[in-house]
Amino acid sequence: MKTSVFLGTIAASALLAGAASAQATLEAVKARGELICGSNTGLTGFGAPDANGEWKGFDVSLCRALAAAVLGDATKVQFVPTTGETRFTSLASGEVDVLIRNSTWTFTRDTELAFDFVSVNYYDGQGFMVKKDLGVSSAKELDGATVCIQTGTTTELNLADFFKANNMSYTPVNVADDSEAAAQYLAGACDTYTTDASGLAASRATMADAANHIILPEIISKEPLGPVVRHGDNNWGDIVRWTQYALVMAEELGITAANVEEVAASTTNPEVRRLLGLEGDMGVKIGLDNDFAKRAIMAGGNYGEIFEANIGSSTPIGLARGLNALWTQGGLQYAPPFR
Amino acid sequence: MQTLSYVRTEMLPQQPAPLGERGAAKWLRENLFSGPVNTIMTLLALYVIYLIIAAITPWLLNGVWNASSLSECRAIIAAAAGEGASGACWAVINERWHQWLFGFYPQDQYWRPTLAFVLLFVAIAPVLFDRVPKQLLWFTLIYPALCFWLLWGGSVWGPIVAMIGFVVLAIVYRLAQPLIGISPAAGAGVVAAILWWLFLDVPAVNLLAGLADLQLQPVRSSDFGGFLLAITIGVTAISFSLPIGILLALGRQSDMPIVKLLSVGFIEFIRGVPLITLLFTASLLLQYFLPPNTEFDIILRVIILVTLFAAAYLAEVIRGGLAALPRGQYEAADALGLDYWRAQRLIILPQALKISIPSIVSTFIGLFKDTTLVSFVGLLDPLRGVTNVVRADINWKGIYWEPYIYVGALFFIICFGMSRYSMYLEQKLKTDHR
Repeated sequence: MKTSVFLGTIAASALLAGAASAQATLEAVKARGELICGSNTGLTGFGAPDANGEWKGFDVSLCRALAAAVLGDATKVQFVPTTGETRFTSLASGEVDVLIRNSTWTFTRDTELAFDFVSVNYYDGQGFMVKKDLGVSSAKELDGATVCIQTGTTTELNLADFFKANNMSYTPVNVADDSEAAAQYLAGACDTYTTDASGLAASRATMADAANHIILPEIISKEPLGPVVRHGDNNWGDIVRWTQYALVMAEELGITAANVEEVAASTTNPEVRRLLGLEGDMGVKIGLDNDFAKRAIMAGGNYGEIFEANIGSSTPIGLARGLNALWTQGGLQYAPPFR
Repeated sequence: MQTLSYVRTEMLPQQPAPLGERGAAKWLRENLFSGPVNTIMTLLALYVIYLIIAAITPWLLNGVWNASSLSECRAIIAAAAGEGASGACWAVINERWHQWLFGFYPQDQYWRPTLAFVLLFVAIAPVLFDRVPKQLLWFTLIYPALCFWLLWGGSVWGPIVAMIGFVVLAIVYRLAQPLIGISPAAGAGVVAAILWWLFLDVPAVNLLAGLADLQLQPVRSSDFGGFLLAITIGVTAISFSLPIGILLALGRQSDMPIVKLLSVGFIEFIRGVPLITLLFTASLLLQYFLPPNTEFDIILRVIILVTLFAAAYLAEVIRGGLAALPRGQYEAADALGLDYWRAQRLIILPQALKISIPSIVSTFIGLFKDTTLVSFVGLLDPLRGVTNVVRADINWKGIYWEPYIYVGALFFIICFGMSRYSMYLEQKLKTDHR
């Protein structure tokens, strides 16, 4: 009896706590004067502190754009490194306001874990890297191969699915993280090494003999990566979603960090005027001011600029836009209209 | 009477032993080549050692200290030692060493953790060495507050007012002890101190800060990392777990059923759960039970649980020391008319702790190395946390052994130091005639 009362009290207080935190993220961020962004513990190109402790990367830039949109200052972000194990609990418990950390949007995470994946800022997929002299040109020829694979990730499950679907067998070589996988692969402990294609490209770029390694054409999984917020605070979800879409829209409309002021002063295009807050009251509808998109763009440029600066073909990582090109250029990045 | 044909009248000078029976030859024969099996083992071992050295030496000799990226390292090695040569890229340590030491602590504030680290030795010297003047113990007592202020910054009054809580505890204990005895007085002191922290702490800080203030730039816990984090967690947990461990060990041996039950329950529960579980509890579970937006520092949460974890292990180590004491020691204490606490303080514990020194230090060393597990809750420990961050830099991606060797060497120095101190202490306290 006493136990059940005790447990009931805990459950009730947890519910109350949950209800109190819903709808309140925006107020909490404004009151704090700082956005707390759940980030990686270090992922090349996407999010890591540099030699001076300054966070840089593709995901980090979205955090900064969000801080600029909400608080008017792109530097007002605290980055909390989260691991694969702690990331969702950190978000659920309110330790972070938003998780922008290469998290794959899946059915169970969206529903059972009670999160909202508000948009996709990077479409990734799992690939394979092999040494050229293995003489393999397709992942379908990997029957009987030894595969270096990180344990406890969706990539492990995708790998099993792929080999089963193609009626092939493999021997897994379990590794703990990406750097160990690369080291094992280079030492010859496995024939092939599999992880997200963006990770493979980054690893290959830093190998001493990059030309001797190829990434096989098959992409065996869908990994839509995007910002995640708590279920139930829809207003906050809208803010994150439309900040991301504002960046995509800006690329589509040719607005960059450099020319945004100029465009704002001279444009007559009604869509641009709505995006930059010169017309209508888009920002007010989501609890911000009308300049929010303009500030987000000024923080680090539009979507394409952020991509090029952090992971694009001009960087050593050298990822092609691929699926992440705008829809007008054959990609999947498509922002709904601002109206 | 037969005459002897020859009698030596003087002693022969001593001859050196035959060549095969002395020096290196003898040592080699006896220790390495004493039989066919040992000879084969020796040759095999020599071959293995040769292989290891042959593999590592060029890598070490080709090491590069000045470069700005792994590819530059490779270019320098290729230019110096020819295409295909392997070499260590120590340049990563050269460029990022400070992050392994301080994490992301603001660089212009590095003097603060450094000063705190130096003062740490001043603070522990009177505890560790008996030649140091005992007046320094006062510094030891205020050191935790000073260290906290140096590391986290903010107003100087925060730690001072928090320390006054302990002064309140001491005063209440002093006043109440003659009236109600040791344990109730200690309890009353703790209650008074908690009341102080709950209700008077914040107003007192605000009041004093309003009058006069000394501020250091505040540093956030999320900026802590590397050895700064490991040492902060390790030293705090070590210094608090020893007294808690002693109390638990005494509690476990107590005649009072409730005290005994609580101690046994606590020790067995904590020892039955892996440290990782406790760390996840600290980082995740506590968040659910606390009201939203509560600022309960993650490092503080981790320190508390690591301390409790170490205390449970220490309690069992010290219980072993207590059990090793002959019954006569307890009886002698009783015969002298000492009360329980005096008997423990003057007779039992000095001996029990002396017996337990090697195990206590082992626990401390284990605890210090276990601090690397905090990387699993997203803190930047030196081994995995900072290494991961450095490797995420495209310039250093692909680097593998160098960070491990660097961090391993630093860990070795610290742990070996602790181990040597424990041997020194054992020698010093040795009173038997073994």
